Amino acid sequence: MQFGVLLFLVAAGLTLVFGVMDFINLAHGVQYMLGAYLGASFAAATGSFWWALLLALPVALLAGLLLEWLVFRHLYARDHLAQVLATFGVILSLNQLVRMVWGSAPLQVPVPALLEGGIQLMPGLTWPTYRAAILLAGLATAGLLWLVVERTRVGALVRAGASNAPMVAALGVDIHRLFMLVFGCGAMLAGFAGVMAAPILSVEPGMGDTVLILAFVVIVIGGIGSVRGAFIAALLVGLIETLGRSLMPDLMRLFLAPSPARQTGAALASMLVYVAMAGILAWRPRGLFPVRAG
Amino acid sequence: MGEPLLELRGLTKAFGALKVTQDVSLTVLPGEIHAVIGPNGAGKTTLVHQVSGTLGPDAGSIHFAGRDVTRLPLARRARLGLARSFQITAVLPGFSVLENAALAVQARSGSSFRFWRAAATEAALNDTALDALARVGLQDRATTLAGDLSHGERRQLELAIALAMQPRLLLLDEPLAGAGPEETERLVGILAGLKARYGILLVEHDMAAVFALADRISVLVYGQVIATGTPGEIRANAEVRAAYLGEDH
Amino acid sequence: MLHRYAVPLAIFGALALAPLLGFGAGHSLSLLARAMILGLGAVGLSVLVGGAGLVSLGHAASFGIGAYAVVMLDAAGQTNAGVVFPVAVLAAAVFALLTGAVAIRTAGVNFIMITLAFGQMAFFTAASLSAYGGDDGYTLYARTRLFGTRLLENRWFFHYLLLALLVLAWVAGRRLLASRFGRVLRAIRENPLRVQALGFSPYPYQLLAYTLAGALGGLAGALLANATEFVAPSFIAWQRSGDLLFMVILGGLGQLHGAVLGALAFVLLEEYLAELTPHWRLIFGPLLVLVALYLKGGLLGLVQRRG
Ligand SMILES: Nc1ncnc2c1ncn2[C@@H]1O[C@H](COP(=O)(O)OP(=O)(O)OP(=O)(O)O)[C@@H](O)[C@H]1O
Ligand SMILES: [Mg+2]
Repeated sequence: MQFGVLLFLVAAGLTLVFGVMDFINLAHGVQYMLGAYLGASFAAATGSFWWALLLALPVALLAGLLLEWLVFRHLYARDHLAQVLATFGVILSLNQLVRMVWGSAPLQVPVPALLEGGIQLMPGLTWPTYRAAILLAGLATAGLLWLVVERTRVGALVRAGASNAPMVAALGVDIHRLFMLVFGCGAMLAGFAGVMAAPILSVEPGMGDTVLILAFVVIVIGGIGSVRGAFIAALLVGLIETLGRSLMPDLMRLFLAPSPARQTGAALASMLVYVAMAGILAWRPRGLFPVRAG
Repeated sequence: MGEPLLELRGLTKAFGALKVTQDVSLTVLPGEIHAVIGPNGAGKTTLVHQVSGTLGPDAGSIHFAGRDVTRLPLARRARLGLARSFQITAVLPGFSVLENAALAVQARSGSSFRFWRAAATEAALNDTALDALARVGLQDRATTLAGDLSHGERRQLELAIALAMQPRLLLLDEPLAGAGPEETERLVGILAGLKARYGILLVEHDMAAVFALADRISVLVYGQVIATGTPGEIRANAEVRAAYLGEDH
Repeated sequence: MLHRYAVPLAIFGALALAPLLGFGAGHSLSLLARAMILGLGAVGLSVLVGGAGLVSLGHAASFGIGAYAVVMLDAAGQTNAGVVFPVAVLAAAVFALLTGAVAIRTAGVNFIMITLAFGQMAFFTAASLSAYGGDDGYTLYARTRLFGTRLLENRWFFHYLLLALLVLAWVAGRRLLASRFGRVLRAIRENPLRVQALGFSPYPYQLLAYTLAGALGGLAGALLANATEFVAPSFIAWQRSGDLLFMVILGGLGQLHGAVLGALAFVLLEEYLAELTPHWRLIFGPLLVLVALYLKGGLLGLVQRRG
């Protein structure tokens, strides 16, 4: 579950950026990775997860805006192919940069003391407090995002931009500033997800790629530009992933010896998400909640 | 008079609450130019979209050459002999003028699942295409990229593409739109020359051209046909005068 | 103006002469082999992207399927080229046909994403094949046998075989794009609605193009397995698909020999930079960004502007 929520945080920024600017940002996953690394470094330096969170977010935002200024803004008017390639190049560069600065070995971030331990759901079944906290934080962010997008003026502009950007621009809205805003939020959300994930996942180069691809699956299933679609799809994908991981190896054990069963099962579990996506798109080529007009 | 080539019965289409096509019935006979006129936003293009198959109607039926085509997709209707020109020009800008027309010929002659022989060397395709270009006066521009044509020339190419399809019915959505006076004169001449060989459903704002060319005219207002008749009848029709000139009944 | 065939002749000529000009040593020859194999796949992708306008971010999957066909047949004791290569090509074509049947229903961004997702599917499937080494990959102890001989293990023979296949693919791709079929494909890229109004349904044309590119990718994959004598899921990683797209753009999208040029430049550049510094990706990545941003028309564009 908490994985689905993290996925949503990454996907939400992606889907809005995509919706408003028709811009494919493969480098969005890198922002998540950067968040995790910044969180890890600040946690090591300050000794406090909370300080790390507080410091990492603005730095992640700055990094995002820097990337926007350096690369992305030159891509809005270009075709998807150029966007894919250029942001792919950004991924290669930043993965390598991270490797240079922090090394290839995975970093561990301790769970904050406040959230150690577990919640006893029933005798014999405890749920780590930290994971519950992620779930709560994620749901709260989702709620907040929903409020902003559905209930505020800026949100209305963003929604309008996602369904028909040229029209919004023609009505005199400074679409570029709107986009900077959306982009900055997206970068922060991804960074936030990265920091939150740091204590439970290993922080390593390339960690953004897996999440990125899953986030794409999420927004494509959800319907591009739809925050609601992204939320539902993220939970769905998180669920499939988690269930697949716990059930598939057991299932495979029926056919295979334990060790290959574990490996095969894990890989098949990863595959399940893509099978689901193919199924959904075969049924609805534009995703579950298509936004774009026409 | 023979069987109608195209027959619309009770065609109805709404975009949300906006009824763009309301119970439209009309026919086009072989060799006839049937013009549809009406103020901006009357629903003419939407009607053309439904006939060509880009949009599905909510109710009513479309018969073409005696066959119910209401549910057939665009490409199937085109193969039956229904050629359309677009109000917003839709030639292939990266193709030469000749190749634009040759592709249309190719659609009607033999399979396109041929992989080896260079299509540009197929004399049969090129000859028919050049013929179509000649009929609209574009033969000298054959090797030009369609993207480099002037606006009026593109309208001519639209027409040539429709002709190259060797269709039975031409669906022309404002073929004169944006053309200068000389170009208009030439295009009207071309259209007059096409008459009798094809059935033509002509949507056009240029009244002089419409009254000169059409055998029959239907007037569309707010999605409804308020009158159909010969140019003379339409001129004299009180309702039309009311709609256009604001005269009292 | 350069002669129409000057650039492709120069590329293929250089490849033909390379072994005679001191590039005959093991390492550089296997480097060129890799470049030509990737070029073969890139030519297919170039037909897809430049011809049909279908930007696939999952092209490495067809490579993987071709390569794993070799592996599976090898494990089953089948190493006869007359069986191995047709099976590899066919398997990749069938995969492309099935996934394309879904993918081509979508358009634009969704197409890019769904091909990426199918690529990932193939990747995880390969990783799950524990009988063939799973994540760790599978080592081939001998190359596929041609007419019962070990001819493919002869470096020179292999080099010229690859070159012949590459030239063949290039010629076939060019003819394809110029044919009736290719004309319809190119028209669909420019304006699908117009093409439908002419009476063509785009779907079968695009699907067939996608399948053919997949088949060529399968052939390239089978050759790659033979060249490296080792196959791993990393062959199918999505970064490979990104690399292939990059090769196509780097060389120049408009013409098929651009893909060959791009593959050559890519492999050589990668090799050169990797020798320079272990952090070569830090140079390679920004270079990619710059190419995508500013090198419109690719290397071919550069050459032709000069010429
Ligand atoms: N896809 C659509 N969704 C909603 N409304 C539409 C759509 N297409 C057209 N309309 C509306 O339907 C009405 C009829 O449009 P249509 O383009 O058919 O008019 P027209 O008679 O061709 O006008 P013109 O003379 O300007 O070409 C207009 O009010 C238009 O705004
Ligand atoms: Mg109109």
